[in-house]
Amino acid sequence: MATGDLALGQVESALSTRHRVINDFSINIATVNGSGSQSANSVLLKAIFGMGVPVSGKNLFPSNIAGQPTWFLIRASKDGYLARKREAEILVALNPETARADIAALPTGGVAIHEESLKLDEPRQDVFFYPVPFDKITAAICPEAKLRKLVKNMVYVGVTAQLLAMDLSVVESGLRRQFAKKQKVFDLNFGAVKAGFDYAQQNLTKQDPYFIERMNKTAGKIVIDGNAACGMGAVFAGVTVVAWYPITPSTSVVEATSDLLKKLRVTPEGKATFAVIQAEDELAAIGMVLGAGWAGARSMTATSGPGISLMAEFSGLGYYAEIPGVIVDVQRTGPSTGMPTRTQQSDLLSVAFLSHGDTRHIVLLPGSVKECFEMTMAAFDLAERLQTPVFVLSDLDLGMNNWMSEPFEYPEKPLDRGKVLTAEDLNRLGGFARYRDVDGDGIGWRTLPGTNHPKAAYFTRGTGHTDAAQYTESPEEYVAGMERLARKFNSARALVPAPVLVRGSSQKIGFIAFGSTDCALSESLDQIEKSYGLRADYLRVRAYPFAHEIHDFVTSHERVYVVEQNRDAQLASLLKLDLPADQVVKLRSILLYNGLPVDAESITEEFAIKEGL
Amino acid sequence: MATATATPGPKTNHIGLPILEYRGGKSTLCAGCGHNAISERIIDALFEMGVEPERVMKMSGIGCSSKSPAYFLSRAHSFNSVHGRMPAVSTGAILANHTMTTIGVSGDGDTASIGMGQFVHMMRRNLPMIYIIENNGVYGLTKGQFSATADLGSKLKTGVVNDLPPIDTCALAIQLGATFVGRSFSGDKKQLLSMLKAAIAHKGTVLLDVISPCVTFNDHEGSTKSYKFMQENDEPINEIGFVASFDEIEVDYDSGEIYEVEMHDGSNLRLRKLLEDYDPTDKANAVRTMMEAQDKDEILTGVFYIDTNKPTFIDQLNVVDEPLGTLPESITRPSREAFEGLMASLR
Repeated sequence: MATGDLALGQVESALSTRHRVINDFSINIATVNGSGSQSANSVLLKAIFGMGVPVSGKNLFPSNIAGQPTWFLIRASKDGYLARKREAEILVALNPETARADIAALPTGGVAIHEESLKLDEPRQDVFFYPVPFDKITAAICPEAKLRKLVKNMVYVGVTAQLLAMDLSVVESGLRRQFAKKQKVFDLNFGAVKAGFDYAQQNLTKQDPYFIERMNKTAGKIVIDGNAACGMGAVFAGVTVVAWYPITPSTSVVEATSDLLKKLRVTPEGKATFAVIQAEDELAAIGMVLGAGWAGARSMTATSGPGISLMAEFSGLGYYAEIPGVIVDVQRTGPSTGMPTRTQQSDLLSVAFLSHGDTRHIVLLPGSVKECFEMTMAAFDLAERLQTPVFVLSDLDLGMNNWMSEPFEYPEKPLDRGKVLTAEDLNRLGGFARYRDVDGDGIGWRTLPGTNHPKAAYFTRGTGHTDAAQYTESPEEYVAGMERLARKFNSARALVPAPVLVRGSSQKIGFIAFGSTDCALSESLDQIEKSYGLRADYLRVRAYPFAHEIHDFVTSHERVYVVEQNRDAQLASLLKLDLPADQVVKLRSILLYNGLPVDAESITEEFAIKEGL
Repeated sequence: MATATATPGPKTNHIGLPILEYRGGKSTLCAGCGHNAISERIIDALFEMGVEPERVMKMSGIGCSSKSPAYFLSRAHSFNSVHGRMPAVSTGAILANHTMTTIGVSGDGDTASIGMGQFVHMMRRNLPMIYIIENNGVYGLTKGQFSATADLGSKLKTGVVNDLPPIDTCALAIQLGATFVGRSFSGDKKQLLSMLKAAIAHKGTVLLDVISPCVTFNDHEGSTKSYKFMQENDEPINEIGFVASFDEIEVDYDSGEIYEVEMHDGSNLRLRKLLEDYDPTDKANAVRTMMEAQDKDEILTGVFYIDTNKPTFIDQLNVVDEPLGTLPESITRPSREAFEGLMASLR
């Protein structure tokens, strides 16, 4: 808001606000990418967490190595809301290129901590400014010129911590953990934090109302990003073959997996019980996953939109030849290359039907980092149980940002390796037909290469085949196979993660969402209740094919808002294909897809407009 | 008491199996297709080497050539994948179970056009497998278009002349890191059989480019991949003798003319030099010899390159001896303690 839009009275009242805003605001740290601000951002975030205050971080970064603007949003929320807040009240302006625009975006009564030498033509009158000579402070404590760029970031941590009245000791212990084995690095960084803290104490007069105060809402909780959680899920699911091609924002899924495998899956003799291979492209990555899955491995790849497109042909082979494999898709903004470092939920339709012909896939939809862990793990069981590729649809917001979470739970259920016949089984049975539906669930029995029995082998193909895996162009045999695959897909409805009724009190209005939209929607439903006195129910979808509870939810509501992060209402479209015709008209869409992590205010506003409130 | 006269059973190999157990389904390829002769040689080689049929994985892409795994060794698992992607699927399968003998069959279109990206990367990795290109210079299933291995000036039945240079898959394989590279001709039973037997004994990536005439679309006058052209222009650089580890036959030979290679399983590959001073361990010379021959319209065949020392990709990964795919949960799922440790580090 520009100053000119405000009546003088409003400005004065904003500036004279003496009520304290405690543990309920956002900090926007504006820097240049490649300046090493990430670890400083993380220190500040963990310090707030360390004070028992629920906190979340959102990194809004460019698709670039160095020199472009980047923003890191830290939200402290006493109520535990973890979604992005649309406005950040506090700005740390370290990027001269964007400083003017960043300051202009502050709300009335906002705070700007900035480099002292930054010249502002028309400084806003309704914002609290704290000029700090970052470069001078840094130069004084860091004699080594080439380290200054990095150390400067820690100075702002100290300044901000002091202004928010945080305990320096919490920052210190956080830093000590981060640089556990590097005393010199710790000394340099903490020296910078301390210098910033001292400068603020001695030179700045606190005028703004924002404070962090100790709470007890983070005890026992963990902080992790969704990609690391997916990696953990894969490792604790016993993954043995990982094939991948680097692509933002999924790269860290494989990096996390790989790090854990090296730590936890090496025999006392030093031998690996896993293989990780960087493929030449995503076509090869998915090909390797299917080759490995066919030969009995728990295999996985991780990718994002463009990689998904390249995996289309193989995904159809996996579906038709019935081969297990896990594909983690960390969605980014499409179409095409799109905005590679921004988030979206726009791969749902293409993943559900990935490949030509009548192809359908199992898609799991984690809505939290905890579910990133649980669903990646579940994906391996489902892939082997259902003998088909299983997609885990995460997104950049879930995957690359730090989230506070309940700790994960060690899996109590043994691995489900699905229907596999051994040589002993074949001795007893005298033979088998690979694609015969002997159990009535549409799932045949398979054998693995190397099974020591003359009748173990079968011929795997993407061409038309009989239930004995023989080549066929027979219309009847072909249709029988396709019908069985449809039955198998139907069997999956009861095996995939069931939807969660987040709010259910038999209201007229229902909401449906999936994935990272969850936290913003939950917050929005609180806002709607507070602002309009209106209560609504909310069902969170966690997998495709849809469980029957989803039909029941739509049937039992007058109208249902489907909230998702894409332009074309992809979840609503999938639902429409699944629902009875008379229910389809109940669906309305709220679509937020600008690439930023979705925020509650935007959902609330859209809803109010659509409801005429 | 009746006297039982033992009727001599069929000849068996050293693991006691008759050749029948190495056969596949009936070929649906054209009568006289070179690919059928290659399938026969694969059957002979596996039989003579006494490979257990269940210990083999047969891999292929798409095309006439890629159908052929159905025509040999029915007792082995087979994976007929998608066009040009046999290398990726094979890589995954081998990572899941590196204890198997893996035979991939591809074509010139499947390898040198749509599959070139995967082919070159497979050669770099030196995974243990035999990669056979059944090379006829044309696309058969789509009725006779040139492939990327068609020679300059080669003529289609329709009169169309190929005006682009051919891709030499052997030269590429040598340059990129395959450790056993040879070319043969489907019509040369003896050479192809010896080469296949040595390939089975080799540990690492074997690339065999086998000229395999297409009787329907590329066997006419003007074709450089026809039976006639090969009979006239085939220039073997060495005569291949293979003595398996279980073979007791000793052959006398003049050591000066023989290049002898000891294989991993204890068998011997003996290459009698037909081309003067040809050293099959010299990469640069191998590639130069092939390029020179191409200029002279000669089709060199034989073992071009062999390296029995280079570590395979499996060696580099340093994986356990057992197949990764069937490791038990007690090994693949880390302990509760390890899990709790991770959780503590995230608090």
